[in-house]
Amino acid sequence: MGHVRPTDEQFFRTMIRLRHVEKALTELSAGGQLRGSLHLCEGQEACPAGACAALLKEDYVTATYRGHGYVLAKGTSLNQVIAEVLGRATGLCKGKGGKMHLFDQEFGVLGTNGIVGAGVGTACGAALASKLDGTGRVALTVFGDGANNQGHLMECWNMAVLYKLPVIFFCENNLYSEMTPLSRSHGNVNLSERARGFGLHTESVNGNDPHAVFEVVSKAADRGRSGQGPTFVEAMTYRTTGHYQADSGTAYRTKEEVEDWRSRSPILLLRQRIGAKADEIEAEELAVVQASVEKALADSVPAVSESTTEVFA
Amino acid sequence: MSKMSFVQACNAGLRQELERDSNVFLMGEDIAHYGGMFRVTEGLLETFGENRVIDTPISESGFMGMALGAALAGKRPVAELMFIDFGLVAMDQILNNIAKTHYMSGGRCPVPMTIITQGGGYRGAAAQHSQMLEALFLHLPGIKVVLPSTPADAKGLMAASIRDDNPVVFIGHKQLFGKQGEVPDGEHFIPLGTSSVVQEGSEVTILTYSFTVDLAMKAAEAFPGKVEIVDLRTLNPLDWATIESSVRKTHRVIVAHEAHGRCSVASDLGFQVQQRLFDELDAPVEIVAALDAPIPFAVELENEVLPTAARIEAKLREMLT
Repeated sequence: MGHVRPTDEQFFRTMIRLRHVEKALTELSAGGQLRGSLHLCEGQEACPAGACAALLKEDYVTATYRGHGYVLAKGTSLNQVIAEVLGRATGLCKGKGGKMHLFDQEFGVLGTNGIVGAGVGTACGAALASKLDGTGRVALTVFGDGANNQGHLMECWNMAVLYKLPVIFFCENNLYSEMTPLSRSHGNVNLSERARGFGLHTESVNGNDPHAVFEVVSKAADRGRSGQGPTFVEAMTYRTTGHYQADSGTAYRTKEEVEDWRSRSPILLLRQRIGAKADEIEAEELAVVQASVEKALADSVPAVSESTTEVFA
Repeated sequence: MSKMSFVQACNAGLRQELERDSNVFLMGEDIAHYGGMFRVTEGLLETFGENRVIDTPISESGFMGMALGAALAGKRPVAELMFIDFGLVAMDQILNNIAKTHYMSGGRCPVPMTIITQGGGYRGAAAQHSQMLEALFLHLPGIKVVLPSTPADAKGLMAASIRDDNPVVFIGHKQLFGKQGEVPDGEHFIPLGTSSVVQEGSEVTILTYSFTVDLAMKAAEAFPGKVEIVDLRTLNPLDWATIESSVRKTHRVIVAHEAHGRCSVASDLGFQVQQRLFDELDAPVEIVAALDAPIPFAVELENEVLPTAARIEAKLREMLT
């Protein structure tokens, strides 16, 4: 990882694994084996695949409750993520965090987050630490179009520009803030223009093309590392499922619109380019995911005595 | 020992920790070039430079989030909330993120950061600049809370707060900032979770902290030898052993603090004392706290809402007769 541009096949592998993770989690949720809400990123896989490939292992990432794709693409163990989502003692966070709260210092994952936009400050702080210590690490923070209306982000954008922080504000614009379209939630729907109002350098990119995402995040990371400050990346994409498992995603969107975006799925596009090899890669990744799920299901659950440990360090 | 004010002692504590650990840095509004609204950070920019003492915009949520991120990235940030009341706009960062990260991460991510702030009334600062909000931070697990009442404690507890590997909220008080006292020169460290029996007595225990310690001392003058005053100093962790031994000695308890009484430190401590030491008590636990109203502006009204030495004295008289 890190500035070596992946091939179509490599991107396809990352994305098809993520797709099968989500399929498995959906089945587990429907079957009652997975607790809590499940926010899928189906259709948006090119964003984590492209963005994380542009980062180094020691770079930082914070993401949303839809951010498991970034955690996996950053390098965190699939087994640990699946075990965490299933609430196992072997989980990444010992079953205390769950799907919305994934942390892995080893790969710079400083948290996915259940509060819209809340991880943005964390990333800016990590970027500040990098700047103070001269480590050259950059921080990528992922949020959706809806988070652009959170005051916390505007505070962070201003400080990132003020301090020239090596941070990448990566906005997945999937056109809907939960169930509400931009037109009914944003006074100005041009998110890049809004960001430029804070003095941010902005880039817009096709978020369904992992190569394009890789290029733009690589450039943004270079800007950060070379002291040129933050970049706001607006990645245009679309979630082809609902906001979470109980939302069909069609009450506020037409079936035609969803089908149109489904036909532009980054996985579909790469499959067409790769040809027969795609099926081979998919079979391999499916087997990896299935093995991981089976392992996690067999793993032990946390001891109840763990419930009040680790409140403090 | 040197005689100095509470503010100067806070400054000395910060200076001590900035010198000791290069990962410590300060951030907050008007703290660097201006030296801090209450002069707590005066002169630190000149000594330590702008990478260690950082002025922030008026963006509490943003810079609290940044302190969290910097802590996760290996630093030891000290973030100042100019007034504790301003912390309310940053509560998502403080309570949903800073307080919970270590637990949610299954112990993977300690958050060694300190929030320094000040609260308290009696100065006509009215409803949004006079509050004591420690109970808000105590309600959620994951944050330690420190409220020194003397200059020496301020320096020693500042050191302990910054060296702790957990989020700590260090709360000063406007009425204490000018208070003078002897402060140890050189290295000074008071472990969190140690209270201080500031006055011994035989008949009633006052559990208190922050500026209310001074009010309790004044109130107790009318009852020589009878009133034991425990300055709790840190509310999480709590020094239960000292509370227990004092209650076993006096068998009567008043919890006195400036914050509102409902759902408060006093209601919690009162419950704990009656539950754990019921057989020791000769009387119900009493509370002296702010009345259930926002802090008013006019002096007559503010002095009615906030606890006073006279009110503590009246309560003592009631219990002792």
